[in-house]
Amino acid sequence: MDLLREALVWLADGGNWAGPTGITARLGEHLMVTAIVVALACLLAMPIGVWAGHRGRGGDLIVGIAGAARALPTLGLLTLAALALGIGLVAPVVALVVLAIPPVLNAAYSGIATVQPSVTGAARAVGMSSRQVLAQVQLPLATPVLLGGVRSATLQVIATATLAAYTSNTGLGRYIFAGLKANDYPLLIAGSLLVVVVALVVDALFAVAQRFSVRHR
Amino acid sequence: MKWLSQNWPMVIDLTLDHLWMTVQITVLTVLFAVPLARLSMTNRWLRAVAVVFTNSLYAVPSLALFMMVPVLVGVPLRSTTNVVIVLTLYGVAVIWRSTLDAFDTLPPRILDASDAMGVTRWRRFWSVELPLASPVLVSALRVVLASTISLITVGAVIGVPSLGLLFTDGFQRGITAEVITGIVVVVALGWLLDRLVAVAGAAAMPWRATTPRRSRRLARRVQAQSLRGTDGSAA
Amino acid sequence: MKQRMTFGAVAAVATLTLAACGSSDTIDADPSADNTAGTGGGSEELVIGSQDYYSSEIIAEIYAQALEAEDYSVQREYRIGQREIYVGEIEDGSIDLFPEYTGPLLQFWEPDTEARLMDDVYDALVTAAPQGVSILDQSPATDQDSYVVTQEFADEYDLTTIADLANVTQDITLGANSELESRPNGPDGLKEYYGVDVGFTPIEDGGGPLTVKALQDGDIQLAVIYTADPSIDTNNLVTLEDPEGLFLASHVVPVASERVDADAQAIINSISAAMTPEILRELNARSVTDQSPAATIAADWLADTGMVS
Repeated sequence: MDLLREALVWLADGGNWAGPTGITARLGEHLMVTAIVVALACLLAMPIGVWAGHRGRGGDLIVGIAGAARALPTLGLLTLAALALGIGLVAPVVALVVLAIPPVLNAAYSGIATVQPSVTGAARAVGMSSRQVLAQVQLPLATPVLLGGVRSATLQVIATATLAAYTSNTGLGRYIFAGLKANDYPLLIAGSLLVVVVALVVDALFAVAQRFSVRHR
Repeated sequence: MKWLSQNWPMVIDLTLDHLWMTVQITVLTVLFAVPLARLSMTNRWLRAVAVVFTNSLYAVPSLALFMMVPVLVGVPLRSTTNVVIVLTLYGVAVIWRSTLDAFDTLPPRILDASDAMGVTRWRRFWSVELPLASPVLVSALRVVLASTISLITVGAVIGVPSLGLLFTDGFQRGITAEVITGIVVVVALGWLLDRLVAVAGAAAMPWRATTPRRSRRLARRVQAQSLRGTDGSAA
Repeated sequence: MKQRMTFGAVAAVATLTLAACGSSDTIDADPSADNTAGTGGGSEELVIGSQDYYSSEIIAEIYAQALEAEDYSVQREYRIGQREIYVGEIEDGSIDLFPEYTGPLLQFWEPDTEARLMDDVYDALVTAAPQGVSILDQSPATDQDSYVVTQEFADEYDLTTIADLANVTQDITLGANSELESRPNGPDGLKEYYGVDVGFTPIEDGGGPLTVKALQDGDIQLAVIYTADPSIDTNNLVTLEDPEGLFLASHVVPVASERVDADAQAIINSISAAMTPEILRELNARSVTDQSPAATIAADWLADTGMVS
């Protein structure tokens, strides 16, 4: 695997980690974009999903919207956003938020809605208000599911943020596009490896967090 | 809609290209994934591979795979074969795992009963296990379809014609209507095929009303959870 | 093309245990595989390709329709990426006819070339072309990279040539496709030949709408846009003169395989002769402003010139 070795050599070269287009900077951009996107998606989708789950209505609508949004082609959203908003971070962030919303929305709704009615009923029976039921019973019980939704959204964004480099000067995808354009396979493979490692590490962190949340609920 | 009025024949051609790739990928995915799932029921090594494969593939951006598969396998970069191989890999990752879960949770009573009746292993697979697992298979297939139809568009970046060409071309020429048309047709195609599979699945499973609740619950869970497997690969 | 490799084993595809260990030449276009066809079925079809660039597609479509009018059968393989992706298929003969540009193609085959002017570049290109690839006549029509700024920016600092950028007192950021950053006519060339320091922002639309928007928004001050791009006129951009010849002369030139016979060559050469820089810009403008498909633009032009009735 000559190409893989060349890619590893490139990664091992400290010079490639420094500077404004170095690996450290690109990695930082990638993680920052991911964090912003996931935070925005949670801010937008979580309240809606939780509310719908709590009231037990709008479920079909939410599942329907989430399903339809899943079919939205990433590349199309990115180019559309770029045509409307120009270069810079705003266009890819907007496009990626649209992609990150369905898993969060779905998880928020189903996490709350699937809490056993006998449990919520018991909570009400001991005199809890609707708000208390939500805050002290449903939300804690739904935490692992909510985390699962955030986890899938995050992983999706990490992988998809590579495409953002098509319209914006940002993230690890830059190495993939630069390698593609210049026929530089080691660069391309190195860029891909970095994305894979980031995704696996973040996934592992989520797995730990999820386990923790199950144990302590 | 000045653009659409002049260019609709191209949209139709690209839709057909897109559809044809989707069909190939879906068929290949099922042909690979279902036997793999059945085999890994009893083969510990394959089971381990299934877990590693499904857990790590989603982390690989599809653009990277589009570039690497030609290097590894020797197919031409700019070929539908390349796109079909890559997206079949993603599809197999989803269906292999979820179908394995379905096989694992088949009610032992029914399997024991069929053994007691003396059916062969092959017949047991065809007429008992597969039908019982098919609700899960169908929901997983719908998940794969949705993400496949969306991911095929990425192939336009490496020059494989699909509806994704409307994105790259519209981007270069600055024609927003072209990009929007692409998005609408992709979503519509996805919706149409999803309905088709759902209806065909229901027609092929008249017994579904009596499927054990456990299995139906699993089907729903797959639909929700495999979001992770497929959408994770969405780039 | 050095990096491309073919690897032997098509190991079990579904398990990703793609045992890769390999050797030798290219990823290459297997001519019998789908999409690259042309050799299938013993047909006499000529495979015509184009870049992933709407203007290239229009020219290719003009070739295709002109040949079809003379009873050649053609197969269209348009929008197949950038040079790095398709040149291999031209070299191995799986594409028979391809509209190219003299300067960039010469630089692809001979990165260190000294040729800059129209005829020098063409002669060098004919020499550089590999066995089995013939370079037909070049057209007067030209479509080359050029450095552009907005009218206001040019007025503010009184710019006419690239060298005048030295007068600019603010920081200059250059926006262009990412590959320019490492090419000799990118930031390094600006520094070396004109003593101008610029920052760099990649924008992957080949001087398209996003680049223009970035210029107008002031995100970048300098951009690389093709000279035949209608957006230079419509957006009131100023092309800076390039006295040191950072960019090679770049004329439309058909590249043909041995399967393109003398009659077909004559047809293509007559098209090249008839096409002027103004015509090319008009054709491009129809694509971007009228949003017409390449087939319509090509048919109209061939009818107007009387080459195909």
